[in-house]
Amino acid sequence: MSEIAFVLGLPLAGGLVLAAYGDRGGAARLNVLFNLATFVSAALLAARVVDAGPVTAYGELFFIDSFNVFLVALTAFVGFTTALFSRPYMLNEVEHGRLTSRMLRLYHSMYQLFIFTMLLVLLTNNMGILWVAMEAATLTTVLLVSLYRTPASVEAAWKYFILCGVGIAQALFGTILLYFAAEKVLGAGGNALLWTHLNAVKGDLEPTVLSLAFVFLFVGYGTKVGLVPLHNWLPDAHSEGPTPMSAVLSGLLLNVALYAVVRCKVLVDGALETHFAGNLMMGFGLLSVVVAAFFLWRQRDVKRMFAYSSVEHMGLMTFAFGMGGPVATFAGLLHMTVHSLTKSAIFFAVGHAAQKAGTQVMDEIRGLVVTNPTIGWALMLGSLAILGMPPFGVFASEFLVLTAAMQQQPWATPILLLALGVAFAAIFVRVQAMVFGDTTARRLPHPPALIPVFVHLAIVLMLGLYVPPYLADWYRQAARLIG
Amino acid sequence: MALSAQLINLMAALLLLIAFAMLAQRRILSLIYLFAWQGVVLTANSIVVAYSTGQTHMYYSALLTFALKVIVLPWILHRLIRKLDVRWDVETLINIPTTMLIGIALVIFAFNLALPISQLAGTITRSTLGIAIAIVLLSFLMMITRRKAVPQVIGFLAMENGLFFAATSTTYGMPMIVELGVALDVLIGMLILGIFFFQVREAFDSLDLRHMEKLKETDR
Repeated sequence: MSEIAFVLGLPLAGGLVLAAYGDRGGAARLNVLFNLATFVSAALLAARVVDAGPVTAYGELFFIDSFNVFLVALTAFVGFTTALFSRPYMLNEVEHGRLTSRMLRLYHSMYQLFIFTMLLVLLTNNMGILWVAMEAATLTTVLLVSLYRTPASVEAAWKYFILCGVGIAQALFGTILLYFAAEKVLGAGGNALLWTHLNAVKGDLEPTVLSLAFVFLFVGYGTKVGLVPLHNWLPDAHSEGPTPMSAVLSGLLLNVALYAVVRCKVLVDGALETHFAGNLMMGFGLLSVVVAAFFLWRQRDVKRMFAYSSVEHMGLMTFAFGMGGPVATFAGLLHMTVHSLTKSAIFFAVGHAAQKAGTQVMDEIRGLVVTNPTIGWALMLGSLAILGMPPFGVFASEFLVLTAAMQQQPWATPILLLALGVAFAAIFVRVQAMVFGDTTARRLPHPPALIPVFVHLAIVLMLGLYVPPYLADWYRQAARLIG
Repeated sequence: MALSAQLINLMAALLLLIAFAMLAQRRILSLIYLFAWQGVVLTANSIVVAYSTGQTHMYYSALLTFALKVIVLPWILHRLIRKLDVRWDVETLINIPTTMLIGIALVIFAFNLALPISQLAGTITRSTLGIAIAIVLLSFLMMITRRKAVPQVIGFLAMENGLFFAATSTTYGMPMIVELGVALDVLIGMLILGIFFFQVREAFDSLDLRHMEKLKETDR
């Protein structure tokens, strides 16, 4: 499985090379190249796993099944398109004097390392390493959130570090408890934390310890998913960091954290044979959807608003995975994919719009469709997609979640519909004004990169009209694994 | 065995004592020394456990703890406060006697929480799990009640110490690869925070976290 070595080795090497290469011209292109290479190896890995089924590699250090391989491919893809977007965006920021080119060195190096840590979370078979990589993902992004060195961005980074740090410490305690339960069945040593081994003996694990462990793991990783009431870091980190960071945080990191929660849930479900983990996830998921939908109304900053929209969508996915069953899990996986693509596309468009207007305050961004029709339409279409308008893919996944909810948890359906309606109104009103109002824009020295936006939206549109059979198969396999 | 069990209990008691001393401490330099002492006791505890149970990997873990928590981290912290020139007193949000009372309540809660788990554990260290959870909670309390950035970070590191102690008392430590990874994370985290402190001071002219209350929903 040399593909794994490439998938993990390329971004790691990229981080070191870009740190050494420094701020000479072409660093941004190098960043794109590394991400492209990572994406190609991820695609090859995916093709291999889809053919051969779940595999472990390098002495069971890594484990790949259809659930994580599709996230690996998605992560590498969005990592690549974001790098494409980030090149002109960051150059514009340097021209506007918000960044020095020295900071770009830190940015490019950390960007690669961040992609590396996320891929490690996804690929590792060891629940302890998963924790380590998740914490490393926070560490690599702290200095990126504070990249602009403004008081607000430093404050956001501090909040991000402390809240996620404390949260993830809970997850470490959960991991210790998990190891404690596993050690009794599997014996001491490294094997007792391997997910494949745990999965094989999950029925024998001590239920009391595991339910306690899940509470801690859920709180810990849930903080990184951005579930209410642990979401406070998320809007700050998204709004104050550079926009490519917002795109990968929203589009990728939240997914990766949710992946960790779902992996833990599979183990706990097997040990408990009750719906404890699912209920916990449904409760917090629903709470996140509702609270985020109402918070959307109070936002003035465009990136903050879409950050809350991410909280809402992550809540919806958590709810879907919590509900369980083939339809809901399928919907959750589909929603993970389309949300990740749509949200990063929106952040690309928002980033350029904010650069043009010179502000992130929504009241001051006006008339995008006049000054730059492509950005304007990109933002409009992206917003319609994320709001769940047909024929985009988000509509399909939300529709599936709602249908599953009607069958399994009818009480939750009106609450979900209400929250989605509130969110729709909140976002649509704002975006409409930004796109069609009177103009305030300025010219950008570097032409914006809008191809990634339309590529993402085209894929989301396609997924709404037609899910290719191999992808559907893929989701179904994964849904069977998760249960 | 009886002697080592008593020694382990003694270490646990010392750790709890240090955790309370940290809560009560008003000077930042003493706080760093206390943190280093916590590392010393953790190391000693790991050695006793390793010796009495024959778990050789605990020796490595003890070595790692000593290097990281007694030497490297306190040294970085020390250098930081010298460079930042911030040897001011620790300011608290709640006065110290009240904090101590809350701390006592937390310890009682921790023992209740640990009871069902430690009954399942077969290790000779199981009675100390309550203390481990208590240290985690006390460090958390310290983070909440401190106003300045450096004491908050020491609270964060002390919390990690508590978690490490919890791992030792329930399972004789995590697998080595995981412990190495955690240690690496803590070290990198500390280095990044070091850089970050300078950014905080540059942006706010102080390390007082009261300035960091701008990002709210309503006034923006």
